[in-house]
Amino acid sequence: MAKSQVTMTVNGKPVEALVEPRTLLIHFLREQLNLTGPHIGCDTSHCGACTVDFNGMSVKTCTMFAVQANGSDIRTIEGMANADGTMHALQEGFREMHGLQCGFCTPGMILRAYRLLQENPSPTEEEIRFGISGNLCRCTGYQNIIKAIQYAAAKLRGVPLQEAAE
Amino acid sequence: MIPGSFAYHRPNSVQEAVGLLAQFGDEARALAGGHSLIPMMKLRLAKPGHLVDLGGVSALKGIRADGGDIVIGATTTQHELIGSDLLSAKLPILRETALLIADPQVRYLGTLGGNVANGDPGNDMPAVMLCLNASYHVAGKTGERRIAARAFYQGAYFTALEPGEIVTAVRIPVPPAGHGSAYEKLKRKIGDYATAAAAVVLTMSGGKVASCSIGLTNVAETPLWAEEAGKILTGSSLDAATVKKAVAAAEAITSPATDGRGPARYRTKMAGVMLARALARAKARAGA
Repeated sequence: MAKSQVTMTVNGKPVEALVEPRTLLIHFLREQLNLTGPHIGCDTSHCGACTVDFNGMSVKTCTMFAVQANGSDIRTIEGMANADGTMHALQEGFREMHGLQCGFCTPGMILRAYRLLQENPSPTEEEIRFGISGNLCRCTGYQNIIKAIQYAAAKLRGVPLQEAAE
Repeated sequence: MIPGSFAYHRPNSVQEAVGLLAQFGDEARALAGGHSLIPMMKLRLAKPGHLVDLGGVSALKGIRADGGDIVIGATTTQHELIGSDLLSAKLPILRETALLIADPQVRYLGTLGGNVANGDPGNDMPAVMLCLNASYHVAGKTGERRIAARAFYQGAYFTALEPGEIVTAVRIPVPPAGHGSAYEKLKRKIGDYATAAAAVVLTMSGGKVASCSIGLTNVAETPLWAEEAGKILTGSSLDAATVKKAVAAAEAITSPATDGRGPARYRTKMAGVMLARALARAKARAGA
């Protein structure tokens, strides 16, 4: 099948490539762009490990073709750190609050949490739980992930962290 | 999982899209949010040779009032339904239902048109559309027509759409101000289809039900409009005895499958429970 040309912005950099129409966006990111932060977990749009930020939306890249992303603006975990190389508040939060154990779900969690906080800078615990309901974690039991997102939300708003109840 | 090969088309207009679908016939499928079709393609249960991506057709997007109706473009996403002030004010049941569909990521891409047109009995919006007496604007090679939602669903994945036709918009008559509505969905987890779900839109007058319409999700091969149950409730005060009769009438028209969500009899009973809960909430929200 003839390849299609796609151009997009990935982590702030212009990208131009040829893709087979059937190439899923997750395969394009991982195998053609070597961005292996987005993970393939379930490959059935349930687990959220492949989540990236796409045109201001959180999307599961296992359920989208790369050709559909032509002209889009994408951010992956590789593009989350601040310009000076320090960690983004969410990355810092996940480290400080032990928001990860094996780390497999973390890139998807952080990218989903990023969009959640863009839309709702001070979410309640319930809003966080609902907001990350498309991302599965098999290690943490979610408690520390919630705290990590609360940490980041507080830091981004410049207010002291209210410790979440155990 | 990697889908079979296909040629990708991205038309800019409805006319161009239906032209492509007509040209490639059985080989072609329309792509909207992709969250039903792409999983099927990855499993190779669908192997279209041509994919017609509707994402570039801006005329298929948007929510607008048109007289006493609200018209929603087919590729309007669940996320956009949730964020619409117009819908929150006039048709709050749509926001409530959309929030119960899948998960946030899926709702950013999944569309109303895809949800109603696919014919999957597990989809939530079809029963809501039966409840609201919506109609679907449909376009094909030979022109445009409208199909009532209540005449659209013929079997699992079988609808009144002819080959090459696409749903371009959903038209919903706005229920009277002061109506009450609710969508009650029992599911095992976020992202699951309903074990059973019920949609209710009713109006009250002087403590009595002036009108009542009921839709049921995933308890038959098609979404169900529980017309008889609605009639039983009309004129009542939603007293326990009448609700019980209506619930029995609704349960009687179900024929769910026994599957991982439970045995058929359980799912039928859950349809009744969802209906009773939806009635109570809709009543509480309705003006006198």
